[in-house]
Amino acid sequence: MTGKNRLNGGMIDRSTSFGFTFDGVSYRGCAGDTLASALLANGVRLMGRSFKYHRPRGPMTAGSEEPNAIVELRSGARKEPNTRATTAELFDGLVANSQNRWPSLKWDAMAINDLFSPFLTAGFYYKTFMWPKAFWEKLYEPMIRRAAGLGTLSHDPDPDNYDKGYLHCDLLIIGAGPAGLAAALTAGEAGARVILADEDFVLGGRLIADTGTLADEDGATWAGKTVARLQAMPNVRVLSRSTVIGAFDHGIYGMVERVSDHLLEPAPGKPRQILWRVYSKRAILAAGATERPIVFENNDRPGIMLASAMRAYANRWAVSTGSAIAVFTNNDDGHRTAADLVSKGVKTTVIDTRPDAPETTDYETLSGATVTNTQGRLGLAAIEVTLSSGTTRSLTVDGLGVSGGWNPNVHLTCHQRGRPQWDENLAAFVPGGTLPSGLSVAGAASGAFSTHRALQTGQAAAVEALGDLGLKASNPDLPKAEDAPIRVTPFWHVTGAKRAWVDQQNDVTAKDIKLAHQENFRSVEHLKRYTTLGMATDQGKTSNIAGLAIMADVAGKQIPEVGTTIFRPPYTPVAMGVLAGRSRDKTFRPVRKTPSHYWAEEQGAVFVEVGMWMRAQWFPQPGETHWRQSVDREVLQTRKSVGVCDCTTLGKIDVQGTDAAEFLNKVYANGFAKLPVGKTRYGLMLREDGIVMDDGTAARLAEDHFVVTTTTANAVPVYRHMEFVRQCLFPDLDVQLISTTEAWAQYAVAGPNSRKLLQKIVDPEFDISNEGFPFMACGEITVCGGLRARLFRISFSGELAFEIAVPTRYGDALMRRLMEEGKEFDVVPYGLEALGVMRIEKGHAAGNELNGTTTANNLGMGRMVSKAKDSIGSKLSERPGLNEADALKLVGLKPVNPDDKVVAGAHLMTKGTPVDAAHDQGYITSACFSPNLGFHIGLGYLKSGDTRIGEIIRLVSPLTGVDHEVEVVSAHFVDPEGERLRA
Amino acid sequence: MIINHPILGPRDAAEFVYKGDASLINRPDWQADDAAERFHEYGYLRDNSAGLHRELWFHEQGDRSWLVVTRDTTTHEITKVELARDVARAEGRSR
Amino acid sequence: MHYSGFRVIKEALTGHRGWGPAWRDATPKSHYDYVIIGGGGHGLATAYYLAKQFQQSNIAVIEKGWIGGGNVGRNTTIIRSNYLLDGNEPFYEFSLQLWEGLEQELNYNAMVSQRGIINLIHSDGQRDAFIRRGNAMILNGADAELLTTEQIVARYPFLNVNNARFPIKGGLAQHRGGTVRHDAVAWGYARGADKYGVDIIQNCEVTGFQIKNGVCTGVETTRGFIGAKKVASCVAGSSSRVMGMAGIRLPIESHVLQAFVSEGLKPLLPGVITFGAGHFYCSQSDKGGLVFGGDIDGYNSYAQRGNLPVVEDVCEGGMAIFPNLGRARLLRMWGGVMDMSMDGSPIIDRTHIDGLYFNGGWCYGGFKATPASGFAYAHLLATDTPHKTATAYRLDRFAKGGMIDEKGVGNQPNLH
Repeated sequence: MTGKNRLNGGMIDRSTSFGFTFDGVSYRGCAGDTLASALLANGVRLMGRSFKYHRPRGPMTAGSEEPNAIVELRSGARKEPNTRATTAELFDGLVANSQNRWPSLKWDAMAINDLFSPFLTAGFYYKTFMWPKAFWEKLYEPMIRRAAGLGTLSHDPDPDNYDKGYLHCDLLIIGAGPAGLAAALTAGEAGARVILADEDFVLGGRLIADTGTLADEDGATWAGKTVARLQAMPNVRVLSRSTVIGAFDHGIYGMVERVSDHLLEPAPGKPRQILWRVYSKRAILAAGATERPIVFENNDRPGIMLASAMRAYANRWAVSTGSAIAVFTNNDDGHRTAADLVSKGVKTTVIDTRPDAPETTDYETLSGATVTNTQGRLGLAAIEVTLSSGTTRSLTVDGLGVSGGWNPNVHLTCHQRGRPQWDENLAAFVPGGTLPSGLSVAGAASGAFSTHRALQTGQAAAVEALGDLGLKASNPDLPKAEDAPIRVTPFWHVTGAKRAWVDQQNDVTAKDIKLAHQENFRSVEHLKRYTTLGMATDQGKTSNIAGLAIMADVAGKQIPEVGTTIFRPPYTPVAMGVLAGRSRDKTFRPVRKTPSHYWAEEQGAVFVEVGMWMRAQWFPQPGETHWRQSVDREVLQTRKSVGVCDCTTLGKIDVQGTDAAEFLNKVYANGFAKLPVGKTRYGLMLREDGIVMDDGTAARLAEDHFVVTTTTANAVPVYRHMEFVRQCLFPDLDVQLISTTEAWAQYAVAGPNSRKLLQKIVDPEFDISNEGFPFMACGEITVCGGLRARLFRISFSGELAFEIAVPTRYGDALMRRLMEEGKEFDVVPYGLEALGVMRIEKGHAAGNELNGTTTANNLGMGRMVSKAKDSIGSKLSERPGLNEADALKLVGLKPVNPDDKVVAGAHLMTKGTPVDAAHDQGYITSACFSPNLGFHIGLGYLKSGDTRIGEIIRLVSPLTGVDHEVEVVSAHFVDPEGERLRA
Repeated sequence: MIINHPILGPRDAAEFVYKGDASLINRPDWQADDAAERFHEYGYLRDNSAGLHRELWFHEQGDRSWLVVTRDTTTHEITKVELARDVARAEGRSR
Repeated sequence: MHYSGFRVIKEALTGHRGWGPAWRDATPKSHYDYVIIGGGGHGLATAYYLAKQFQQSNIAVIEKGWIGGGNVGRNTTIIRSNYLLDGNEPFYEFSLQLWEGLEQELNYNAMVSQRGIINLIHSDGQRDAFIRRGNAMILNGADAELLTTEQIVARYPFLNVNNARFPIKGGLAQHRGGTVRHDAVAWGYARGADKYGVDIIQNCEVTGFQIKNGVCTGVETTRGFIGAKKVASCVAGSSSRVMGMAGIRLPIESHVLQAFVSEGLKPLLPGVITFGAGHFYCSQSDKGGLVFGGDIDGYNSYAQRGNLPVVEDVCEGGMAIFPNLGRARLLRMWGGVMDMSMDGSPIIDRTHIDGLYFNGGWCYGGFKATPASGFAYAHLLATDTPHKTATAYRLDRFAKGGMIDEKGVGNQPNLH
């Protein structure tokens, strides 16, 4: 036997014994146990402390609605705070610890809060801790924060893996109790693709917790056989340990499958959990119902639980939850618990609030009676019952089952903001309002509480869904089952002077609700937020309705008049790890590598993230100890001889069609209609709001064929924008677009020897001399003996330069060939940093300058925006605010003292003015050390900058402690006349 | 959400990129006398209806079609999906 | 009734019988000098400052549901003034200063907690942009500090610095930023306004405006007509719907922003932190829940709920910087409807209809703006001139080309 409270029977596997520890003490349980059932079997019922008053708490339920028995499961990096002992499957070697107590669960110093409870009522903290002001952050708040919270999260990375997947089905059935099983059987036999999901590790719902029979076998047996039948159907997927967490738009459901949570650790290669996105044509919610408590004084002691939970512990887990038990009920279902317990040999008394309670000879029933108090320090020892006569009687019991009726689990019906409706007959909220489209509800979740009705409504819902799916139902025969009428007389709250808990985890008592009403926090949402009712990890599954009922009582209203709060996803809390899936650490986002990436890696390149791309930042050589040495060398050598840079990441868009030129005329602010074939032109692209979107080049390879380049960052948005212009604005232009970013590897070959280098690989029939292939020329050529390539004579560096493109698969080979052939010129590969330095030296704008607020005017390119044609953005670029007289203009800046740095992000001030926002004149966008000039330089935007060349101004960066003088100069630091690039 | 692409059938909305009100198809005439005002309205003012909304989605991770989707902004129910190019032509954007 | 520790003790000893309503439920009168539409944080703050700061009386706040039920009750509680542009930064800094004295001013503990906010930096370009921003903050009188990765790791030892797809290269901190107990802001302003005689009228939905000869003279409501000298719309999220009843089209789209809270945990995060290479920001509430969010869902919506892709995207961002979050559980998710404006910045202005005023377009930055928004709107209502920190928040800025575009993404609301 595993534990002193073990009964006979149950669904545990006594032949598989598991060892586990709780708070360092070793116990044994069985396969099939939960942590809670195993502890209860061992006589342990104190499992936690409440949030505010640190009251001793034991399990209140046997399922996922548990507010009290929450523990830190596992240890080290796998520690899972706030884990419900009632759903944690036992495994050999399980380690659990109690939480929110110090120094121990039995002796918790913070329990002193309980003595101060009169001061700690709902919202007390809004009224105090305000004086003296400084004490809030220094004293009060840290104190509150330390006391608050529940479990502790590890600082170590989660060692487990998570996965995601997509499932498609005709019918998703949520919950595998009698309704869900009947629905699955009906739909499965009709040939529908069915997914049946249940959060439990054994399917059957109440059938495995109760003792009723279906046809001539007990419920659990029927459930087991039915599950086996379903598993044998190829069109049915049965998923246990799988919680449908939310109903999202258009029949998409989120579902978490706990693949490995019942194991010591996941098997190699297996995830801990999987997030399934389930695409369903139809869905049936058959999530059952949750029993609700009755609120009475000191109703929170370990040993007091929902009556149905006691029944489940006895029937499914063969655990007695007390040696002498009382059941406090307002409905017939409480008597079912009593009957089951008595049949297991447990002494039981029933306290029924109804004067006309059913009588039986099996146990004593106290009709018209209520529980008015309880005793027991760390667990229930006795209860006080007030009889219908008004006299009180003490009962020595160590277990008390409470049944206040049942609430349908309507949660998923609310996820698209449907509001449940009050059902007077059931005294409960049932699904109402607009349900998520395609979702219907069956069984107890719809208020059909008897097993017979559950089976019947499950089948009916499936038949209806099959009809929608165009499938014919065969209507399999359903077994005969109990069909007891619902007999419940609403009874919510035993009034009294002492505290009676409504939300046990958050320590919200009936008094708190009354106080909220007194202070005008009367709307349901105010009540929740002011008292924290229903905001705990159980999301109010057992407390919300009682809270509403008490509010209705004090307000003198009916429950539906007070309202209902809607439930939000997730149905039960979900590990953040599974929502992230594989997207973490290095695999957070995909990596894009250029064709010469591995070549660069061989060279020892240092890489940097540019969006998803990895780009070589610089190529350190032996002896270089600082990145600046590498970058300076790359810049100087390129300007002196020749350098090669991988610019594959630039966006490339192929534009073809008889209207290609007209199309480019629309998307670029400057004109393209007259660009001759074989020529490239710089293009300035505006957004429709007149701000610069991107810049790049368009090369005309043929009358009806252009190749457009974009910046790396804007490749995707520019393509999207061009398709918008093509499809939505000018749908009849004869033009086609395709992104060829991935299709072509492209390299900048720059420097005075660039032509010589290229001439070694360009096939001889192509003349790339200055005359044959002048600045801004472009053409389709072949290299290395017939490999097709595209050559553009464009220059970002300001040198004589080309960009050469070859099909991606030849990129690596081309890079190697260029390096090989370039040896005689001492060719260098250069990285992103050198590229940046050279473009700053040349005064070319890049991402830092094109920051989404920049106009053509700011760039000094105002005149490029043609007024003679219609182009995107031209009209709105004319607005006065974008054309003010003192607009920011792009300028160059150099330090007055050559040793001073120019700092990107620094602001610019006129000399002699105060350093504040009112006198701000602009800012530095880009800065670098220029190895050619021997000092730092920068580009920046300066008010009226174009008229201030030569002025000495102040560069200030209070954030980084910089304040010195700089001179305003032309942005073109190197070769301002452009002689080199035309050489 | 699922968008029933007129060519490709039902597709997860995550394959698409949203732009906004389909009135963005109706780009004003740049030579109109009141072009400045009309471009301001075109660029900045929206009906922003609570209810049926015609809106532009781009099938970026698909066939690169721009679609006009009619969707209820209070329930997210989609009642119509058209190729934006067809809509543009129907609304007189042909040459 | 004055709140204090002393009072709490006294009431505790006398059975809490003395606590009165935090605010009165008023019945609408037939006419007010000011009718403020919207009992959210901004509307209630507007009423409070109108009454207290600008000594106006005869003020009503009308609310279609329950006060604080809009975005002040469904946000991620962050306050900060780390803006870049001159049109914004002075306003948000003014707001932060009002937060700093708010609890004493309102005699209500809204738990203003200046725990600090850090924006992580992942690239050189981002560092340049954050230096520019930090300098702009300092030049506007706010605080900013550039932190090294080591300094951040000292506060967040579990930060993913060794195995990150996008390495962390430092951060921009504003130590005066932090969090506030959001619901308490609405309740505190309501209580404060009530004390000055403001009528707070719940369950009173506006169904139309009375506009005669270009002058607004009152509102039709579900509780009858209410006349007013000045009607002030303050219903971010529903701005287009409400102003549409006055025939006004706005430079605004409604979008849903989801937010999330985890189960309660013992103290983990000391302040607010934002991931700069994905969509994730997070702080921890006094109660212990991690409060986090990311980007808007991205399509027009009035549905107050979002979809899974964004939930996943946010949690991916969380795991990217804090790989120990894997075993923390997400407890609740919800959606708020945002007024996403065309440049990402708000509007506080008169309309072309006399007597009708507009406050909206807060995107997802409205919570931190609550005090200054209320103050500036009250200033506009009382004096008919914009407050000095809100001069740029004009309706005509789009026609004139005076956009305040922090992100630089233009007239595309879902990108702001």
